[in-house]
Amino acid sequence: MTGRLTTLLGALAASTVLTTGAATAQSDEPIRVGILHSLSGTMAISETTLKDVMEMLIEEQNEAGGVLGRPLEAVVVDPASDWPLFAERARELLTVHEVDVVFGAWTSVSRKSILPVFEELNGILFYPVQYEGEESSRNIFYTGAAPNQQAIPAVDYLMDEYGIERWVLLGTDYVYPRTTNRILETYLLDSGVSPDDIMINYTPFGHSDWQSIVAEVAEFGSEGPLTAVVSTINGDANVPFYRELANQGISAEDIPVVAFSVGEEELAGIDTEPLVGHLAAWNYFMSVDTPENEEFIEAWHGFIGDEDRVTNDPMEAHYIGFNMWVEAVEAAGTTDPDAVIDSIIGVSVPNLSGGLSTMMPNHHITKPVLIGEIQDDGQFEIVWETAGLVPGDAWSDYLEDSAMLIADWRSPMSCGNYNVESGTCSGQNY
Amino acid sequence: MPTALRRLIGLLLVSLTLVMVPTGAGAQDGVRPMIDILAEGNFRDRRAAAEALAATGDPAAAPVLTALLEGNLYGRPSDGAVFIGVEEGDQLTLIDPITGETVDQVAERSMDKVRVNNPLRRSLRTIIGVLTLSNPDPAIRMEAAESAFQNPDPNTIDTLDAAIAAEENSAIRAVLEQARAAAILDDDAGQADQLAAIETLRDRGDRDAQALLNRLAQQAEGPVAEAAGDAARRIESNLAVWGIGQDAVYGLSLGSVLLLSAIGLAITFGVMGVINMAHGEMVMLGAYSTFVVQEIFRGLDPVFFDYSIFVALPVAFVVAGGVGILIERTVIQWLYGRPLETLMATWGISLILQQTVRSIFGPTNQQVANPSFMSGAFELGHLTITYNRLWIFVGAMVVFAALVLILRRTPFGLHMRAVTQNRAMAANMGIRTARVDALTFGLGSGIAGIAGVALSQIDNVSPNLGQGYIIDSFMVVVFGGVGNLWGTFAGAMTLGVANKFLEPWAGAVVAKILILVLIILFIQRRPRGLFPVRGRAAET
Repeated sequence: MTGRLTTLLGALAASTVLTTGAATAQSDEPIRVGILHSLSGTMAISETTLKDVMEMLIEEQNEAGGVLGRPLEAVVVDPASDWPLFAERARELLTVHEVDVVFGAWTSVSRKSILPVFEELNGILFYPVQYEGEESSRNIFYTGAAPNQQAIPAVDYLMDEYGIERWVLLGTDYVYPRTTNRILETYLLDSGVSPDDIMINYTPFGHSDWQSIVAEVAEFGSEGPLTAVVSTINGDANVPFYRELANQGISAEDIPVVAFSVGEEELAGIDTEPLVGHLAAWNYFMSVDTPENEEFIEAWHGFIGDEDRVTNDPMEAHYIGFNMWVEAVEAAGTTDPDAVIDSIIGVSVPNLSGGLSTMMPNHHITKPVLIGEIQDDGQFEIVWETAGLVPGDAWSDYLEDSAMLIADWRSPMSCGNYNVESGTCSGQNY
Repeated sequence: MPTALRRLIGLLLVSLTLVMVPTGAGAQDGVRPMIDILAEGNFRDRRAAAEALAATGDPAAAPVLTALLEGNLYGRPSDGAVFIGVEEGDQLTLIDPITGETVDQVAERSMDKVRVNNPLRRSLRTIIGVLTLSNPDPAIRMEAAESAFQNPDPNTIDTLDAAIAAEENSAIRAVLEQARAAAILDDDAGQADQLAAIETLRDRGDRDAQALLNRLAQQAEGPVAEAAGDAARRIESNLAVWGIGQDAVYGLSLGSVLLLSAIGLAITFGVMGVINMAHGEMVMLGAYSTFVVQEIFRGLDPVFFDYSIFVALPVAFVVAGGVGILIERTVIQWLYGRPLETLMATWGISLILQQTVRSIFGPTNQQVANPSFMSGAFELGHLTITYNRLWIFVGAMVVFAALVLILRRTPFGLHMRAVTQNRAMAANMGIRTARVDALTFGLGSGIAGIAGVALSQIDNVSPNLGQGYIIDSFMVVVFGGVGNLWGTFAGAMTLGVANKFLEPWAGAVVAKILILVLIILFIQRRPRGLFPVRGRAAET
């Protein structure tokens, strides 16, 4: 009997120890947040800033008491602008560092290469950059703009305000411009633009000799009604492009250029004098005049220790995504991916342009669309914005093969590409 | 006679406006609300308000509208009064738009800027254009005449007639007459007038004139439509010929960029035989030297800013050349005759240099401004030639000529050729081969640095700058013939021109692929390139 009692007592004691042990682990052990942005190689130019802003947000959250009473710890890895390395580093974050959430990637090809890893290991990724759409994964949250949150409103603005009738779609030759231009072309044709009035041109990455293409655009533009350029030119190719425009004397009044990849960060490396008046469409500009934005810029300058550093749209996307994740974790009471994935849908957090952005069942968010004109100080002056928030559309209605697809990750549908015509969900095989 | 009558009426109108001006200025109360209303409503309301203001002919209209166009018009939130603002840091000096007197100095944030967008800017230019057709400054008159041509309006014919009669500068008068012709096309004037206008436009002969004529050919009927169609076709065929010339200009310009970036490699790879993967980074160092020099000049008097590039040239040469010598002494000299190891080592060096620059200057692009003499373009007939490309072409020629002279006419060039042709024999003759190697590598790298100065004017200054040029540079040197400077020259120009003639009908991506395929085929036929080095030296 005594023996039995001792065993019982022992077991009780052991379980108490275990519980207390677990409890202490719960409150002390930091929640790990993975940051997967290139710090070297070609994409370092854009992605380094995003790593910095994530570290700032984590630091601020820790000062405010962390999440679930636990501090956050940033785990930074460098995928070095190398797409296969993105997948390796993502695996390392999820299995070796055991992070609870990852913020990262910039290019679509890097996102495509880590998508299978996140689905296999059931991780959570927040992707902060405007992209071509046509995707919705259970494990990825897209906080950047889908084409209907950037490209289509920009074209609408040019049609209504400028009376543009001829369109030049210029892009770098890869998936984002190709898909966006396919969507835009269908949209323009649907709006009654004749095929003769649309010119599409692709250039290689880092294209630096724009002489003949700009001359071609000028010729196309002088043939009749008002012409605009819709530019999905990526990264480094933009500087020589705008320089050539200015040198050939094409001003924003003759042929306005509306760009989807040129933000404050890109303009910081250009002499903006000749660009004044050209346009960009984003969901955020540094010049947005709201108290939230002022606070954010101040915090950013304080964190980075440089008053000249700019803020841009993908930074805001991380700001929104991070706050959504914090709120979802608090609501779920755990960092368990399945619980967070369920609880984050419907979460609304303030964005920096004075509204509330909401996570929708298709894992995209609602955002306002702003059009800005480039100023000589490298900032944008907002000339137009959508009346309300625009919900991101994962599958474009303007592409034949995706018009009938919808994404809804709530049960019972729980599908990223549900075909409303055939009533089937094709799983993850898109 | 009718023209004379028209002119007379036009003159009368102008003088009438002139007489009316004082009355307008006197009625200040009438204009003030018209100016204040500019700050209200949307862009379309603003345009209507600007037109109404210009129609008063008040002398305040031109400065107010110019300020609006340039974004210097501000509204005071408290009472809605509009002022012309002059920025000084965060402060704004407010100038009364009617009296032109300084009223107040306030913080910029306390005022609302009157926003303009591109369509509004375009309308403003037309409105201001009409107001400034009689401006004493010929440049402003020329601009006004051009803007009148770009935005033809039959209502302005009388004003244009008056301006033509008063104009003494023949170039401006020609543009005014073209503007008048463009306006007459839209007017239901007599057939004779329209036919004359078509002729004027045909003589102008550019795309704008062609567009106007094409539109007329579709809208009008009978002989006018025929004449317009003929004139448009003549312009078209004329421009097609100019187009070939334009493609050639673009090709030569691309060729000169290729030549500049490849010519340093023609020394290090072509003459010395070192497969130098870090060549692109030498170009990048040159570009960053330009940036640093320009930043220093920014701190000085702006008068000197344009000359910073002349300082940047030697600085870039010394920096890149110095780094080149350092690399040669520390790494490459141990690897002569081992091409594979050289390739790996220089590849590593290129990564190290890139990351070093990234760590020092940050990963973002750096801003290098074009000096004023390298901005803009000029027209040669119907050829558009941009100044930066022209200067780069001239620079490439100068560098090339200097290099040929160094190799052919100086003792150093002689030593260099001797060492590369037969190292052992050159050493026996008393040439310090190690020193010549280092200097030759330094020369090649220094020239790459100069290429960097040129490229900073047309491309991004970022740590990745060099990577975009390394493949093209190797292509040019191999295509032209390894070891032959003239081969590099011919190779660069051929590739540039071929690329630009292929681009318009194949697209930039396909053109690039086609060029690569053509080079592969060419190298199959002639493995030693366009101008192979012959003789014993070639065998070593």
